[in-house]
Amino acid sequence: MEITAREFKTYLKNVITMVESEKDYLCELDRKIGDGDHGITMSIGFQAVRENLDHELAEETDCSKISISVGKTFLNAVGSSVGPLYATGFMRGAKQIKKKEVLNDQDVIAFWIAFGNGVKERGRAEIGDKTMVDTFAPFVDALEANGKGAEDLSTIFREAVTKAEEGMHSTKKLISKKGRSSRLGDRSIGAQDPGATSAYFLLVTFLALIEDLTQKAG
Amino acid sequence: MKKLVNSPVDVVEEMIEGYVMAHSDYMSQLPTNKRSLVTKKTDKNRKVGVLIGGGSGHEPGFMGYVGQGMADGVAVGNIFASPSPDPILEVTKSIDQGSGVAFLFGNYAGDVMNFGMAAESADLEEDIEVRKALGTDDVASAPKEEKEKRRGIAGEFFIFKATGAAADFGYELNDVMRVAEKANAQTRSMGVGLTPCSLPQTGEPSFEIGDDEMEIGLGHHGEPGIEKGKLESADRVAERLVQDILADEPLTGGDEVAVLVNGLGSTPRMELYIVYRRVQQLLNELGISIYRSYVGDYITSLEMGGCSVTIMKLDEELKQTVDHPVDCPMFVQR
Repeated sequence: MEITAREFKTYLKNVITMVESEKDYLCELDRKIGDGDHGITMSIGFQAVRENLDHELAEETDCSKISISVGKTFLNAVGSSVGPLYATGFMRGAKQIKKKEVLNDQDVIAFWIAFGNGVKERGRAEIGDKTMVDTFAPFVDALEANGKGAEDLSTIFREAVTKAEEGMHSTKKLISKKGRSSRLGDRSIGAQDPGATSAYFLLVTFLALIEDLTQKAG
Repeated sequence: MKKLVNSPVDVVEEMIEGYVMAHSDYMSQLPTNKRSLVTKKTDKNRKVGVLIGGGSGHEPGFMGYVGQGMADGVAVGNIFASPSPDPILEVTKSIDQGSGVAFLFGNYAGDVMNFGMAAESADLEEDIEVRKALGTDDVASAPKEEKEKRRGIAGEFFIFKATGAAADFGYELNDVMRVAEKANAQTRSMGVGLTPCSLPQTGEPSFEIGDDEMEIGLGHHGEPGIEKGKLESADRVAERLVQDILADEPLTGGDEVAVLVNGLGSTPRMELYIVYRRVQQLLNELGISIYRSYVGDYITSLEMGGCSVTIMKLDEELKQTVDHPVDCPMFVQR
């Protein structure tokens, strides 16, 4: 499969739409264990990305430059803890696809492995801490295990996103160990982590792009 | 909840615009970043720059404490969200006089990452020495043996005040940081929430609480505290807060302290003074004398109802910092 810069931008625009439609849900999740603004933060960040895509990046065809610019724009718009986490993801991902105008299967896999690992490093969180790492880590593990295999990207990515979804759901039964919600102790049990949820939205939106492109090709 | 705003997405920008317009004799906004504000008034003895910052919604925290005797500059984040590294770095470049810059902020995951990234850039790209001191005064947020995990709440005011004074004394960066860290180590706070606030963008209450309930140990972004219970009298609440603070750091007869009773946004001064009254009685009964007291809205959470009590144990040096005059738009001490 080949993903062009234009399609990469389509993905980002789909994320913007996704974030807008799930904004209230993310805030509702965050009110249970945090300060209730995760949806707003994601929206502020991706609205800034939309501006960026419409203007500075309108003619950009280098996927890594797009990813770097998206990361920086998101970070500057939101700060917060989400800003450095997702920005690091986009920057580390960009490193894997330097100067590429078209991404092949291995580029996509390398991008997302670096993205997930970048978030984990920046946040210094581990699996089980009830953070977005609970979504990213099993996703990255699945990509690493199956990424070199014979299956097509669509199958590999779908399996990895299934692991991400399981990871997201697993945060419900966890006690938070990072961020503001970690002060809650046992009271954080039962609530799904908002960061793990927005991370899943980022991934499932990319899966939708891959499936859409696969269908068109088929 | 009702809000006097134009559009929820513009609240931070419009607040900053109004603030700089109202206090143009004190403040300037850097042309390089609209979230970067610096003082126009600096003590001539000061060598080390003092930078504060954090989310907005805590006014007078944090921009209200930029001025003579306190901070040289502030980076302003979105509501209850850390500023990004860019405005922090721009303030750093602007206030550095060649002797380094002290970063003062509360211990929150977002602030730690963003201020950390800005400090790295200041070092690598600008060759400015930056040191960080984090506020960890909230005794309700983690047990004593995990003090480094505690969040910063109203006690940050004392850290800003002590550090600003140390900078005005002409101290070098090492000594400024020693004072900042001592101020934090000697400062403990605990709060109580009565009513939630709401973010302008959602209008939803930040936490749920019954009409007859209070939340002990509430964080100043509406993070749940350690227990929810029936609302009690001001005296009982003051006793509970003081008791937990003293359990964490025992004080003995003859000790001198500074006390802050801080309103969270919508609690009247009347109630704050009623709480203060009992705090002073309790401390005096133990033979502890109050060297200086502060009562009012110092670090708020939008229109949240409730208050916090902060006690800083003083030595001779911290007494000097407490006495040091301050002239800021939202806080003046002669």
